[in-house]
Amino acid sequence: MDTRGDYQKVPASTPAETERTRNRKVYVPKVDIIETADGMVMYADIPGADEKTVEVTLEKSVLTIRSTIVPQNFAGRSICYAEYDVGDYERSFTVSDEVDRDRIEAVVKNGVLKLILHKVPQVVAKKIAVRTE
Amino acid sequence: MTDPLRELRRMQGELNRVFSGPGRSLNQEAPAVNAWVGEADVIVAAELPGVDPAKVEISVVGDTLTISGTRAAEALKAGESYHRQERDFGRFSRTIQLPFHVEADKVEATYSRGVLKITMPRAEADKPRKIAVTYE
Repeated sequence: MDTRGDYQKVPASTPAETERTRNRKVYVPKVDIIETADGMVMYADIPGADEKTVEVTLEKSVLTIRSTIVPQNFAGRSICYAEYDVGDYERSFTVSDEVDRDRIEAVVKNGVLKLILHKVPQVVAKKIAVRTE
Repeated sequence: MTDPLRELRRMQGELNRVFSGPGRSLNQEAPAVNAWVGEADVIVAAELPGVDPAKVEISVVGDTLTISGTRAAEALKAGESYHRQERDFGRFSRTIQLPFHVEADKVEATYSRGVLKITMPRAEADKPRKIAVTYE
């Protein structure tokens, strides 16, 4: 939230948004989600990110993708034309109970994050034998 | 650097996409580029995540740079289905005019973390020349 140059107090939205301590733009990466026989595969476009800057967290049922991006600058050259801006990435998804929490795989390649989510093995219904007395 | 026309252009792109019928493709303005200019060269960068670098074509003629290629959609196996498909795919092509003529055979392009970076040195013939003033 940019509050410079304004002498009035800024009203909060309800519920209060969580803000970041660093004043940097945040982008929502575009994703593809594919349902497979074994679970789900998620692809997210995060150009500029690599395995060191990407963070995938799962808290309760919320899966969050985050990545910090350092804007590029070239010594001795100045930007003369800008069509896209560089900022961090952040996006969250709620995942169902069917997802196996301990088996989430994440791979980053060429600025694309691939998440593989497996389904929990089906709980086999326990059959209770009924006998006559 | 706020461009008041950017929002309009984005809306136009969105409309074009809606009316371009079945099958999506990246619009004519893709990919977006940033350019840095220095004394001796110009650097152009574009965000192209998940593209096979072998399928990106870069051509330089005089002071015109063209970036084109194709971005494939994720291939589905039998029994798989999309829940969401937001990422763009298809053919992209972009031509931009550079601030000066460049040395076409000394152009270098690198692709890292989904970002394409093209470094083009300024043509010798195009470099500013210092003219000595002689006193008569």
